[in-house]
Amino acid sequence: MGEPEAGSPARGRQTLRAYRAVVASRARSQASHRASFRMDLVGALFVGLIEFGEIWVLYSATDQIGGFTLAQIMLVFGLSDLAFSLADLVAGHCDNLPVYVRAGTLDVFFLRPQPVLAQLVTSDLSLRRIGRCLVGATSLTVGLVLNDIDWTVGTVGLLVLALACGFVIFTAQFVTAAGLQFFLVNGAEMTNAFVYGGRYAATQPPSVWPRSLLVVFGVIFPVAFAAFLPVSTLLGAPGVAGLPGWLGWCAPVAALWAVGVAALSWRWGLRHYRGAGG
Amino acid sequence: MRPLTPPARNPYWRFLVAGFRGQSAYPLATLAGLVANATFGVLKGSIMGAAVESSGGELAGYTAGSMAAFVWLGQGLLGSVNLWGGSDLQTRIKSGDVAVDFLRPVSVQASHVLTDVGKGLFGLLPRGLPSVLIGVAIGGMVLPSDPSAYALGLISLLLGIAISHACIYAVGTAGFWLVESRGVAVFYMSFSGLFAGLYTPIYLFPDWLLTLALLTPFPSMMQLPVDVLSGQVTGAGAWQHLGVQALWLAIVLAVGHLTTRAGRRRLEVQGG
Repeated sequence: MGEPEAGSPARGRQTLRAYRAVVASRARSQASHRASFRMDLVGALFVGLIEFGEIWVLYSATDQIGGFTLAQIMLVFGLSDLAFSLADLVAGHCDNLPVYVRAGTLDVFFLRPQPVLAQLVTSDLSLRRIGRCLVGATSLTVGLVLNDIDWTVGTVGLLVLALACGFVIFTAQFVTAAGLQFFLVNGAEMTNAFVYGGRYAATQPPSVWPRSLLVVFGVIFPVAFAAFLPVSTLLGAPGVAGLPGWLGWCAPVAALWAVGVAALSWRWGLRHYRGAGG
Repeated sequence: MRPLTPPARNPYWRFLVAGFRGQSAYPLATLAGLVANATFGVLKGSIMGAAVESSGGELAGYTAGSMAAFVWLGQGLLGSVNLWGGSDLQTRIKSGDVAVDFLRPVSVQASHVLTDVGKGLFGLLPRGLPSVLIGVAIGGMVLPSDPSAYALGLISLLLGIAISHACIYAVGTAGFWLVESRGVAVFYMSFSGLFAGLYTPIYLFPDWLLTLALLTPFPSMMQLPVDVLSGQVTGAGAWQHLGVQALWLAIVLAVGHLTTRAGRRRLEVQGG
């Protein structure tokens, strides 16, 4: 039997199997160092808790900010933090690209018969990031209990849609950042502005933002669609003045846009790369 | 008694200068840091501004203008204090290079801390000053009118930077016992930001959390210098802040000194 043709379903299944094998081996290798793994898990959980602590302090000191109470913002924080943590679990390793570029180890990736991006993503799977997911999931659950929500098929659909789109948006931003790293190298920190700045922005009500932030985090890096807009549609809460209440349903459009930007950035960056000369 | 060496030839002075100059070699990295800093500053400024507004124009003693000063002075300090917990010492202990440091005829503690303080002082130029300028230009930040705020603020700032790096050094010495001290750095990072006043002023905390924060050196690294520099705390209050900082500097330096002495005997360099 010959090699399945590129693009055929058989070839796709074969590639998928290869990824599964790689990811599973990384997972096993990390879980085998029990003490260090447990400490990492607890550490990640802790960092997430402290991040929730900031929100709790701020919203407890005031009644509401930008029209949102603590109970309402818990939904926004939970949804966006869960989506970001899942994206971080899958694609957070893209952050290490500048290290590989500088050390010349990226060149090895070009020799293997798998896409460079896929290798980068699977080059290290940080299972400890699972600890982070717990914080977001808990905040989301408590938020769903505390708020008076009219449970219908639409409500569940909107929540699932928001989580999926949030995950896609944040993953796309890790990839966008990785593409830009080929140009920045020493200036790697610049992409933190929208990757981690985006995570921070996603937990805030955009109703408090000046117009410039609305353009940056509502349109260019559309993190407002990851949690806040779907939640305000869900609660029927005041969203951003002058914008319709059903905007939360448009999250897939934002996700598509983010993926498009990521694809362009990655292709452009890869074409720019000329090797480290090793 | 040894004759005093002129400052230009004093090795400790050279460590400070080397740290300062080393940082100036990466202008792109510095610009990148500033962009990220400013983005976070605008986000933080708008949410904190909205919090003040929703509390009727005053929140825990902050008005819109002084809250903006808190946000932007804090962002400006980020390039100068180390709140993320990692250090050169930690890496050198893990790799075994620290053995070479012990062979040199200078204090290991002083050379590491001074190099980092030098880096921190450099950070004030490309990251500190621009942050303040951005804060004044677009953040609605109010500068203090009293000249003593600047004089005391500067001393408080230097103390804060010194405390931060002396503390990081002391934490790094945990590596003599643990070898891999990344876990320690993660715990340090999660507490330091919250208690230093990186996210919200610590005065917004409920009482028990504020008391807990004040029992750590973290507020001395950022919240106290920002209080004095912004003119939020003046007169006797400002002098009290300086006293607390001086005390913490003495404590973290003493701890670092003791752990270095004890750790030196524990040090085991692996490999050939």
